[in-house]
Amino acid sequence: MAAQPPAPAIATSASAATPTRGYWATVGRRLMRDRVTMACALVLALILLAALLAPLIAPHDPFLGRMPRRLRPFGILNSLGMSDNPRAILEHPFGTDELGRDMLTRILYGGRLSLFMGVTPVFNALVIGGLLGIVAGFLGGWVNTLIMRTIDVFYAFPSVLLAIAISGTLGAGIVNAIVSLTVVFIPPIVRVSESVTTSVRTLDYVDAARASGLGTLSILRVHVLRNVFGPIFIYATSLISVSIILASGLSFLGLGVEPPNAEWGLMLNTLRPAIYTRPEVAALPGFAILVTSVCFNLLSDGLRSAMDVRI
Amino acid sequence: MTDAPGANGAEPLLAVEGLHVAFHGPDGAVEVLNGVDFALARGEVLCLLGESGSGKSVTLRTILRLHNPKRTRVSGAVRFAGQDVLGLGERAMSQLRGGDIALIFQEPATAFDPVYSVGRQIVETIRRHKSVSEAAAWARAVELFQRVQIPSPERRLRAYPHELSGGMRQRAMIALALSCNPSLLLADEPTTALDATVQIQILLLLRRLQQEYGLSVIFVSHDIGVATEIADRIAVMYAGRIVEMGPVREVIRAPLHPYTQGLLGSTVRKGMRARRLNAIPGAPPNLAALPPGCSFAPRCPHAEPRCTAAVPEPIAPAPGQLVRCIRAPLA
Repeated sequence: MAAQPPAPAIATSASAATPTRGYWATVGRRLMRDRVTMACALVLALILLAALLAPLIAPHDPFLGRMPRRLRPFGILNSLGMSDNPRAILEHPFGTDELGRDMLTRILYGGRLSLFMGVTPVFNALVIGGLLGIVAGFLGGWVNTLIMRTIDVFYAFPSVLLAIAISGTLGAGIVNAIVSLTVVFIPPIVRVSESVTTSVRTLDYVDAARASGLGTLSILRVHVLRNVFGPIFIYATSLISVSIILASGLSFLGLGVEPPNAEWGLMLNTLRPAIYTRPEVAALPGFAILVTSVCFNLLSDGLRSAMDVRI
Repeated sequence: MTDAPGANGAEPLLAVEGLHVAFHGPDGAVEVLNGVDFALARGEVLCLLGESGSGKSVTLRTILRLHNPKRTRVSGAVRFAGQDVLGLGERAMSQLRGGDIALIFQEPATAFDPVYSVGRQIVETIRRHKSVSEAAAWARAVELFQRVQIPSPERRLRAYPHELSGGMRQRAMIALALSCNPSLLLADEPTTALDATVQIQILLLLRRLQQEYGLSVIFVSHDIGVATEIADRIAVMYAGRIVEMGPVREVIRAPLHPYTQGLLGSTVRKGMRARRLNAIPGAPPNLAALPPGCSFAPRCPHAEPRCTAAVPEPIAPAPGQLVRCIRAPLA
């Protein structure tokens, strides 16, 4: 809020009643009450923290493989006498992968890339697609037709196919995967922001702003942007889980992150042959993807209800 | 404000001449205004009266040029304080909007942006038009809230639109409209969305502020009671034309146009218990296909062949009065 000058004496008499809250204060208070959303936020915060602190907390080198220790079971199972090396109770709590690398370490390191691949394309698409959609929705006319019909072309392809096609053309690699995922997420974000902007544009307060002398740019910046940001942002958060899964899928197909880098989708792929021998180890990256994407989805649901301005 | 209201020879504050407005729709152009003429003196209150679709709100919005220029065809002239409003550049126009001419909306709940406090929006408008500090604009907003009789103005200014009651919101809307000392206030059915007791409070407030500031007001309404409460003159609109215009007293007491007579006949008054209201038969014409001649002829009980021959020219049965009906008595 803007700086408010000192209140004259007249206001002090009535200020004892319930104070009015700011928009973000209201949103925050609602979020605090929503237990599911708070739990998801907590889990995501832990995952993020673990990923960020991976070099500090990981027990092993993520790239160091040791052939004799290939595909160890979980550490807890070791203690039950199911291992040939009874001393290794906590050496590999989540076992080892097909090259004998510590799974806990690789899951922690994998989180860094997977979260990065989940958030970055969505953020890029939010900026580019949001801008295109708002311009299309606010200006209307031929600008709208041009942008929206171009976007429609991308709808002709299923998103997975489109991502694979673009990545396949550009070649493997993290940057190329991010580019292709960004392209995949732009069309739906443009759609959402265009329709939200169109509905806001015809509302009275946009007319009222014009009637009080505001120019088109000021109206866009002040009134339209602030009102459409909520819905677009919420929609974008729901795409993060899709992005994580698609990024994992690209890595699984060998089009995203390249070995020996740790990334959940890639790990899922390389552990595939071990599904019968060490199913619990092979399923671990999938479990990490599941938990993260479910949390992102529930969080975006919670945000949706908390950020609804029509109270 | 030194001119006497309606003084002869004085330059009117606002003059609307031969205003035609057409909207381009999917089914071709629809003529919504078919030649509207009126003049408004300084300090005068004119009420545009008519049913939905008669062109009342379009007239107001055309004065501020709020319609999308790509889909609207406007001809005629609007002169405000000597300036040709329809010929102004976009920059000069946005100086006029909210500065010299302010608009009050029908639905205050949607006319405020829900994500900013009302105070923020008033400060925004003040600073848009006047180069004053944030603190000075805020002080001005507090003063305005006191003028429109909002209790504990400091706290209400920090409230969001949904935290205010309907009446309070409309008071805030009026404060917003008055924030830059306009000389012309356009009010688009400002009391329609309010309940009856709040309605009369808002009307009295508007009347008082109008007299205090010497404002000229164009008040759009479909409620004759509201019109008589606030206006000096009434202009009755039908199908995009003013069919009758004159001082409130004359129009109410002796309506000359059959449409005005019909409107008055269909109003509930004291001592009308257990009597049927005389509704005007038929429905308003389709603006895309107006009947030839007088637009009211198909519904008029006194229609004759002459009526459909040509659009009746305005007649002045008495000074300051005007009616578009061939049956009207000449002065």
